[in-house]
Amino acid sequence: MKAERPSDDKRWRLVDATMRRHGHEPNCLIEALHTVQESFGYLEKDALRYVALSLRVPLSKVYGVATFYHFFSMKPQGKHTCVVCMGTACYIKGAQNLLDSVRSRMVVEPGDTTSDGQLSLLTARCVGSCGLAPAVVIDNKVLGNVTESRLSETLGRSVEHEL
Amino acid sequence: MSSEGSVEGAADPGGDGKTHSLNVCVAAGCLSSGSEKVKVALEDAVKSHGLEHECKVKGVGCLGLCSKGPLVSVEKENVVYQDVEPGDAAEIVESLGKEAVTRLKCDMESPFFTRQTKIVLENCGIIDPERIEDYLAADGYEALSKALTQLTPHDVVDQISKSGLRGRGGAGYPTGLKWSTIAKSVPDSTGRKFVICNADEGDPGAFMDRSVLESDPFRVLEGMAIAGYATGASQGYIYVRAEYPLAVKRLRTAIRQAEKSGYLGANILDTTFSFRIDIRLGAGAFVCGEETALIASIEGKRGTPRPRPPYPAEHGLWGAPTLINNVETYANVPAIIRHGGEWFASRGTEKSKGTKVFALAGRVRNTGLIEVPIGITLREVVFDIGGGVPDGKKFKAVQTGGPSGGCIPAEHLDMPVDYETLSRVGSMMGSGGMIVADETSCMVDVAKFFMEFCMSESCGKCIPCRVGTAQMYDLLCKITSGQASMQDLDLLIELCDMVKSTSLCGLGQSAPNPVLSTLRYFRSEYEEHILNKRCPAGVCKMSNEVVHNG
Repeated sequence: MKAERPSDDKRWRLVDATMRRHGHEPNCLIEALHTVQESFGYLEKDALRYVALSLRVPLSKVYGVATFYHFFSMKPQGKHTCVVCMGTACYIKGAQNLLDSVRSRMVVEPGDTTSDGQLSLLTARCVGSCGLAPAVVIDNKVLGNVTESRLSETLGRSVEHEL
Repeated sequence: MSSEGSVEGAADPGGDGKTHSLNVCVAAGCLSSGSEKVKVALEDAVKSHGLEHECKVKGVGCLGLCSKGPLVSVEKENVVYQDVEPGDAAEIVESLGKEAVTRLKCDMESPFFTRQTKIVLENCGIIDPERIEDYLAADGYEALSKALTQLTPHDVVDQISKSGLRGRGGAGYPTGLKWSTIAKSVPDSTGRKFVICNADEGDPGAFMDRSVLESDPFRVLEGMAIAGYATGASQGYIYVRAEYPLAVKRLRTAIRQAEKSGYLGANILDTTFSFRIDIRLGAGAFVCGEETALIASIEGKRGTPRPRPPYPAEHGLWGAPTLINNVETYANVPAIIRHGGEWFASRGTEKSKGTKVFALAGRVRNTGLIEVPIGITLREVVFDIGGGVPDGKKFKAVQTGGPSGGCIPAEHLDMPVDYETLSRVGSMMGSGGMIVADETSCMVDVAKFFMEFCMSESCGKCIPCRVGTAQMYDLLCKITSGQASMQDLDLLIELCDMVKSTSLCGLGQSAPNPVLSTLRYFRSEYEEHILNKRCPAGVCKMSNEVVHNG
């Protein structure tokens, strides 16, 4: 029996394409979840159910995998994202202070989104830009050698002027 | 092998007869410093000066000195420009064939360039990572073709054994021995064996594998194909972090081009050997660097390790014999097959052969990607190549091996960097992250940082790791907030021993290392926190209040 798409949203086609490419084998679960997150921004419950049915994997297993890996998010992201890298090199060069400054300035805890849905504040284990530590990724753009003033200026430019 | 930086001795990789080539670093480091704009500006300048037929502008992989990016090298002229801005483009183009622009020049005689030996990184910063033609012009796929047409699989394993290459993922298991085990293993009932490349570079503070994948992806594919031939596998997987989108993109491009050119797929180079490579994306779990967890993840499950034996060499992916090596290990293979195992074995120390790529970062002047012969001293790496600690601060320690490694103090700066010596002083080679800490870092805080990492990355399968790391983290929090007693320190040491000896996989077994090594060399800092409620480096915030109440 073929699982029914949760909605008419065209993005489900992308998810289907990934699963089809792997012959709907249960072992493509992680690949399928990657496509869901790429297309929808996060993993919503309907998506987990749909993938579970399509791949004939118990929903409990799908949920287990989705929550095991840090890369997957079960919450919708804000319009903008700010990822503060907390890798060793960044930590040694003061990433904690950067995180604290965003936290107090934007009134948001790491892992959460501001109440107006404008900004999600996230932390990363390491974005691999250690040579430019401390690094912050704003809307998928890596900023190196970040200082508190530069960070707040950039955030101001990309986020706040839209308010 | 050129040891004078990455530009000297380069062939004309494009083979298109242009006199000059400006190579703009478009690896992640320089990209985030704005190298894409520099590349566009250079292209415009070449056009506006009417030099399209004499000069090309090429995007290349990592040139090494990330802290001075964006970097642009003038091919064949041993000139590298640093901190280039789009506004400098015209001046650079006008200087071609004449005196180089002095104000932008990197000092190519500085130890950062002269002290390196490049094997893995030989093409980094020279070839365009998105063009197989460039790789072929730099002797690419010569090794695979030699292996397939002149060597038996047994000969290949033999050369790898002779080279003395050891796993570059951290543990240093002899690669030749691993390959021969899998070559001898009986395939599963459907005749399968697998080759996996571990590109799940999860160590915070390490970016070697990412740089290799972004700068020279074909090299890794070639190494894997040779491994497939040597071990009798016809399917390979690269397990790469989803957090490295650029590396993933370049790998996909490289696989497509290699398939088109007949270096991957069925009947490679018209022989009977067939080999396919697929990419599997990691999803952010440090434990997936452990081989059995990585296999579980490729199978689409939660990445939890299982007890070994059976080792993946006998019972790996989908139950078939599986070879797992790290990116850098595979990247060494083409050079070994091209030049022979003995050539490789002539570098390094008695027990650790060849070179090692390190990601040098933290409180050091020259941060970036370096490749040095194994056996070089830490002092040479930190003070000569790295240029020492900036801002007049005092060196305190080098952290190697990430959350599984330890901190090495100044007294051991003159020891050689090899697998045995590093583990003797309580650290490990690890995958190659090297982070320098100066007097502004508190070593107890660093230990706490790593313990927090291990605690949240513990997969939760075995109790010593799941509960032990949390208990140790609580104790470290107590110490760094000035609320601990000396009994707490004893308990911490006891827990270290327990977690180390009873955890299921490498993550738990090595999680206490940062604590143990900082206790070994910086015990006075722990005592200062406990007895005098003071953080000597001024990092930890002591909550005196609670102490009075409690």
